[in-house]
Amino acid sequence: MKNKRSITSRKWTDRLVRAFSIFAVAVAVMSMLWVICTVIYYGHRALRPSFLLNPSRPYGIPGGGIANALLGTIAITFGAALIAVPPAILGGIYLSEYKDRRVICSILRFSATVMMGMPSVIIGLFVYMIVVVSSGHFSGFAGSVALAIIMFPVVMRNTEDMLGLVPYTLREAALAMGMTRTRTTLRIVCFAARRGLLTGVLLALSRVSGETAPLLFTALFSDSWPTTYFSGPTANMPVLITEYATNSPFAEMHQAGWGAALVVMLLVLTINIATRLLIRGQADGH
Amino acid sequence: MFALRTDRIFQWLCLISAMIAGLLMLGFFVQLSLSSVSTWRQFGLGFLVSNDWDPVANRFGALPSIVGTLCTTVIALLLAIPLAFAAALYLVDAPPLLSNILSHAIDLLAAIPSVIYGMWGLFVMVPIMQKHVQPFMVDVLRLHRLPVIGRYIGEYYNGFGIFTAGIILAIMVLPYIYAILRDVIKMTPPVLREAAYGVGCTRWETAKDIVLRYGIRGVLGGIFIGLGRALGETMAVLFVIGNLMDMPEDIFSGATTIAATLANNFAEADCLQRSALFALGLVLLLMSFSIQVAAQYYLHATSARRGESRS
Repeated sequence: MKNKRSITSRKWTDRLVRAFSIFAVAVAVMSMLWVICTVIYYGHRALRPSFLLNPSRPYGIPGGGIANALLGTIAITFGAALIAVPPAILGGIYLSEYKDRRVICSILRFSATVMMGMPSVIIGLFVYMIVVVSSGHFSGFAGSVALAIIMFPVVMRNTEDMLGLVPYTLREAALAMGMTRTRTTLRIVCFAARRGLLTGVLLALSRVSGETAPLLFTALFSDSWPTTYFSGPTANMPVLITEYATNSPFAEMHQAGWGAALVVMLLVLTINIATRLLIRGQADGH
Repeated sequence: MFALRTDRIFQWLCLISAMIAGLLMLGFFVQLSLSSVSTWRQFGLGFLVSNDWDPVANRFGALPSIVGTLCTTVIALLLAIPLAFAAALYLVDAPPLLSNILSHAIDLLAAIPSVIYGMWGLFVMVPIMQKHVQPFMVDVLRLHRLPVIGRYIGEYYNGFGIFTAGIILAIMVLPYIYAILRDVIKMTPPVLREAAYGVGCTRWETAKDIVLRYGIRGVLGGIFIGLGRALGETMAVLFVIGNLMDMPEDIFSGATTIAATLANNFAEADCLQRSALFALGLVLLLMSFSIQVAAQYYLHATSARRGESRS
């Protein structure tokens, strides 16, 4: 067998693997820094007050900005949270608190987990058929529905996990005091897990706020202010970046695209890092 | 009495909310099947193996997109798996502070939106591939002259194509595979690893003969999660793959993936072409569904021991 190999060759293999490991970590961290620095380098030149305050304009008209897309993205993302979070938390409560129908629970848990891995482009197709075709026009609302479908399983599974961490004695104490099941769940269990629930929602928000593919099928893009949230194509950041970067040969548009990319990246990374700090604070607090 | 009734109602409300997950999953299949009926009726299963895509003549085939999807995914995984495994191996044993900071840094890779990877790919990676990497591979290393694999490495390059898309996908799926492998390695009982060190194994021997064998199901689960991510990624691929509806000849040629085809053609498609795009969507749905099922099958056994640190 292989045990005949000399100690020197074994040691050298080990050192080689170790070197490769360090190389692997370097590749991962460097790529992250490379992407972020590229976006900052190209993007910071576009960031002027007028760029942040003016709506986007077609090529050739000076003074275009991203304000409408930024507002549109905020509207679409918060719309998605409004649609997804209440049922997702109730669903998570069911999976965690009511364990009387085990088969149904495991089927639902399984579909939520599988849904978390579904390509977002499929969700775009689905919402296109369900909302855009049936209402007859693209709209920011359809975009919200698509993002809500992406958020739903993430928040639901997170809620289940977080409620599972609440000690059973707390529930028993509340029930023994004569509280109803509903009140115990909402006022005691959810309250005890509030920080975990919040981080779940925030992580889901940061995940969908840069999501592009489903918006190409639902919200599309327009140069106007997002007043057409329910009635027509709505401006949003990810589609603006896509349009400016791929469908335009002009350096000026590319510049604006980088500026928009920088804003989206700052938004997403801020939420993400803030959430991580929140989790850390929670771990220290207990 | 009243209290009991609110409890009842609340429980039903929760159940209905939870049911949405199942209904949506079912809804994806039903909706995509219904919308693609005319394609299946016209081309039958031949749709999957036909390689013409001619909107003018109304002839559609899924093969180029499927092949493109598989090629980019394979390249991405070939690059990402060894890197993720090596990185996890190193960081699990690294000093806590270092390991903590670097782990978070790698996790941030997963937080960057894919459209930004796409833009970075288009404006940074493609020129680098075109001016440096691909000339080096073709003109200096002459990889295309190699027997067997040389066939798949083209002589002509322009920076776009399967290879570039594969590299960007590798960077994007790396944090997902890494996160699961890290948990799998941590889950190995310390006593097993200590025993291995005790009988004189090197770190690498311990990793490959003990940790890898012990957590093989978790490792497979992590690979399937990465596979699912790479398969369905749209924006990053769309920017750099070249979007050609032809069969790719080698890894430097422009191609398309299912997701990129959907995003690229949907706006101007009508009637039969739109139905063909839905059929492609159904193919992608079936692929990712089976991959997710496989991932859950492998991860399920290990999830209790890994704890719930996976997001």
